[in-house]
Amino acid sequence: MTDDDRVFKALADPTRRFLLDRLFVRDGRTLTELESDLEMTRFGVMKHLRLLEEAGLVVARRSGREKLHYLNPVPIRLIHDRWIDKYTERRVSALTDLKKELEA
Amino acid sequence: MTTMTEPTRATTQVHSIYIRATPQAIWDAITTPEWTNRYGYGGYVEYDDFTPGAAFRVHASEEFLEAGAPDVIIDGEVLEVDPPRRMVQTWRMLMDPDMVKEGFTRLTYEIDSREDGSTKLTVIHELENAPRLALIVGGGMEDRGAGGGHPWVLSDLKTLLETGGRLAG
Repeated sequence: MTDDDRVFKALADPTRRFLLDRLFVRDGRTLTELESDLEMTRFGVMKHLRLLEEAGLVVARRSGREKLHYLNPVPIRLIHDRWIDKYTERRVSALTDLKKELEA
Repeated sequence: MTTMTEPTRATTQVHSIYIRATPQAIWDAITTPEWTNRYGYGGYVEYDDFTPGAAFRVHASEEFLEAGAPDVIIDGEVLEVDPPRRMVQTWRMLMDPDMVKEGFTRLTYEIDSREDGSTKLTVIHELENAPRLALIVGGGMEDRGAGGGHPWVLSDLKTLLETGGRLAG
């Protein structure tokens, strides 16, 4: 699996997107905090967090005795730069071309 | 689901990226002016030395100078250093008086090789009492022309090191 595949797979699940949204609101959360937002076992949340970590979307760092989870926006940025920009630019230029043609 | 009162957003940002390049190549791209003007916001980095206490500054690129930026756009001091694996330093943006007032923040670069030959670069930015800077380096002001912060810089750095070119646009 490529890095992109891992990111798309991680984003394909609503619970994992929910976890990312929680971290977007406030970064640096413990498993216990994240778990309290979900009706799911601790083990289930851990599994989702592991997939997010493997995709690079979440980075876990130790702070004293705690393990804190941070949202890493970089893989989404890479997808944006690689995929979104490419297609939106083409659409914009297609519209510009159309406008030129209509005005000619 | 429980509802809870949201405390303010944590003041540490973690940005991490995998790059197909050696730790030394990534270290050079971060610490030498020949490289730093080729990606992200550009500008020419200058470290007086790679020892704790050494001064650090980034000189504005020609483009930034034309736009009215001061000669030195970022300054700081090296706190801990272990080339090409790790550097901790202070970091302050001097682009406008409000950001100067926010004072120094703390930036850590961690550069770790992986088994597959790629390298993981992690930028940890501790932004205590610097909400304005946090917004900019987090990419939150991109639609106002302030660039995409660390995620954009790292994406551009990856493209440069892996392909020798820049991101389109």
